[in-house]
Amino acid sequence: MTQSIRVVRALVRRALNEILRVPGAAIPGVLAPTIFMLGLSSVFGKASALSAYHAVDFRTFIVPVGLLQGAGFTGAATGVNLARDIEQGWFDRLLLAPAPRATLLTGVVASAALRALLPGTFLLIVAFSLGVAVPSLLGLLIAAVLVMGLACAMACFSVTLALRFRTQQAAPLMQIASFVGVLFTTSYAPKPLLQDWLRVVADVNPVTRVLEGVRQGFIGGVTWAHTWPALLSVAGLIAVLGWFAARGLRRYSF
Amino acid sequence: MAAERLDVPNVTDPGFTVRVVLALARRSLRNALRRPQFLAPLVLFPSMFLAVNVGGLHRTTSLPGFPHVDGFLDFQLAGAITQSLLLGGVATGIATALEIEGGFFDRLVASPIPRTAIVLGRLVATGATAVAQVTYFLLLGLLFGATVKGGIPGVLVVYLIGIVAGVGFGAIGQAIALRAKSASSVQGIFPLVLVVLFVSSAFFPKDLLSSPADIVATYNPLSYIADGMRTPIIDGVGSTSTLEGLAAAVFVVIAAGAIAIVALRGRLRDA
Repeated sequence: MTQSIRVVRALVRRALNEILRVPGAAIPGVLAPTIFMLGLSSVFGKASALSAYHAVDFRTFIVPVGLLQGAGFTGAATGVNLARDIEQGWFDRLLLAPAPRATLLTGVVASAALRALLPGTFLLIVAFSLGVAVPSLLGLLIAAVLVMGLACAMACFSVTLALRFRTQQAAPLMQIASFVGVLFTTSYAPKPLLQDWLRVVADVNPVTRVLEGVRQGFIGGVTWAHTWPALLSVAGLIAVLGWFAARGLRRYSF
Repeated sequence: MAAERLDVPNVTDPGFTVRVVLALARRSLRNALRRPQFLAPLVLFPSMFLAVNVGGLHRTTSLPGFPHVDGFLDFQLAGAITQSLLLGGVATGIATALEIEGGFFDRLVASPIPRTAIVLGRLVATGATAVAQVTYFLLLGLLFGATVKGGIPGVLVVYLIGIVAGVGFGAIGQAIALRAKSASSVQGIFPLVLVVLFVSSAFFPKDLLSSPADIVATYNPLSYIADGMRTPIIDGVGSTSTLEGLAAAVFVVIAAGAIAIVALRGRLRDA
């Protein structure tokens, strides 16, 4: 157990080191959610004049979307980095190490959880400096947990693809999942404003609950009614996508 | 005499250059088609965006200042095409970077072919891909109820501006790849694609953008490219928007092409 924790910690540290060693690849992922938030609020900001927004400023409404985009981008980047390691042969050497494959997977996925805090923190600093109201400490804490959880789930998905395709060219496929997951929700507008088909999709999309869980602290108070479905959804996503990633790793041969 | 026997090509012959460009373009397209799962995101991402924008913000057409349109889909179609073409530019950059990483680029450089053909070959392939991208979105729009008010001439204008812009975005991708030399670094410019799009009128009328996006959009070539393709869809063929759109697309081709050639020279110096 102690050995496994050491391996996980080493893999997490390696992933974090990459941020400093290859900043050219890491910086866009950190900036992207903030760009997304600023961009969407600049483009569609006037939409909040519609009554269903209940006078909530569009930027405030969209900040949680940016946080989840950050988690999604980080998860996808985890898969891209793994694909690069596979291409360069480093991952094959890693598999020769006397460590259980589940431990290796945990290390890779756990690194995504920590890395997701970076774009999220940057986004919040920019948002707060632009006048977005600071949520309560509990609201921020719940948001952080959900962001880290979603990053893990998206990392599991992109790791599955990386193990399947073994090339960085699969990167857009990895990013699509985070786009679909986060945007096909109440990301842009409250449910009453959505077209019927999108309302149905948002209802069945578990990320909608995650988004509402993050958003609650920004547009109102934190309630258990919004929190538990968000936590349950993110746990379910990790369980299902983690199973696929573990299966992919079990079947991986070199 | 010996040169004739060995059939050494004359690299200054324009006909030879064209043959090399076409051969490299064919190779690029074949490589792309061999793995359609990597080509699909070029249209999937913008399709998703289009669906979410239309599904979530369709009521915004009732906002004061929004131009008269039959539906939000009609308005968004040009934005989706522009986004797709930009992603095509990123894909071109990634493919170039992978050729550099894999050593194929160095083999091309060592072969007796004109250097510019290396850049042009892939750009021709990018132009061919742009045709497919524009076709896809026009068909998608028609399938979900959009109409092209400009009729056949309007469709041709959309193709013309789309293809030229697509080649220009491909040149940007190549220039970045030749400088960065790493596929993951090129992949990293993806978010920047969104930035450039957000500060343009690709997704929303310029008059309804918040400041300072509305100011930047005035100087952003993407605004003119998107509006040049949008006007034939929502209104009809207009000479001003068409010329502005075409001029902006040509500007991108010339500027990005020049940067790509300079980057290629820099790369050759490093090699």
